[in-house]
Amino acid sequence: MRAAVLTFPGSNCDRDLAVAFAAHGFAVSRAWHKDTALPEGVDVVGIPGGYSFGDYLRCGAIAARAPVMAAVAAHAARGGHVIGICNGFQVLTEAGLLPGVLMRNAGLRFVCRRVALEVATAGSPFTALWQAGDAIVLPVAHHDGNYAADAATLERLEGEDRIAFRYRDNPNGAARDIAGILSANRRVLGMMPHPERAIEAAQGGTDGSALFRALAGAFAVA
Amino acid sequence: MVTLKPGVLDPQGEAVRHALGALGFTGVDGVRQGKLIELDLAHADRAAAEAAVRAMCEKLLANTVIETYTVEIG
Repeated sequence: MRAAVLTFPGSNCDRDLAVAFAAHGFAVSRAWHKDTALPEGVDVVGIPGGYSFGDYLRCGAIAARAPVMAAVAAHAARGGHVIGICNGFQVLTEAGLLPGVLMRNAGLRFVCRRVALEVATAGSPFTALWQAGDAIVLPVAHHDGNYAADAATLERLEGEDRIAFRYRDNPNGAARDIAGILSANRRVLGMMPHPERAIEAAQGGTDGSALFRALAGAFAVA
Repeated sequence: MVTLKPGVLDPQGEAVRHALGALGFTGVDGVRQGKLIELDLAHADRAAAEAAVRAMCEKLLANTVIETYTVEIG
């Protein structure tokens, strides 16, 4: 059960994400943005939050074209698991691994607080320990979390049960209160809230832990 | 020039529009904020330069999910 956490210049949640994976039984290795291959035998890739490349041009745009992302795309195409959190979600949309785009928050303000979420589907290796409709609380910290996509894409996400999390009190204007979405094969998850910042009581909440436990469980039975 | 597609909500443009109204500029019905990207190219041939810039826009400079672009060779 191996996880690889990417680091771009400006990533700042990479260590937290590595700690969260390790705390849930993953052997964790780190990959640098210039790497052209992922470490051998990686099951899940974590793309962390932060401000990759200073958020220059568009959030996640330059990171999405970094050499390591070609390896991540190949991993995803093979059916590998990927989780992108916050800036990692932005990188996944910019890389075309998830549809849509994260725009500037509708209120134009950076939002940094704990938010109430609804788990919108239990049908994924990330959310399998919850039930659809469960209420959880996770921290958010972002300036560009306003999920947007054309109407057909939103309909498709909804129809294919690919919305993973919704905000109960939308902090950023995201379409249909979307806080996280899944790929068509349900193995790529992008989400703005930070589960890795809610895995032990000292962080103010432990609701994020179930995500990592679910993911660990997916590999344990495999 | 990279601009948001019509119909894509532009929160920054809206904020600028409000600020202009607050300053007493009347009659501003809408503000759309975009990006001007200047490139210094080695291409000798204008057509080749334009083709190259269009490819750059498609691949990196614009996110064609929400943005559109125009190219001008000076």
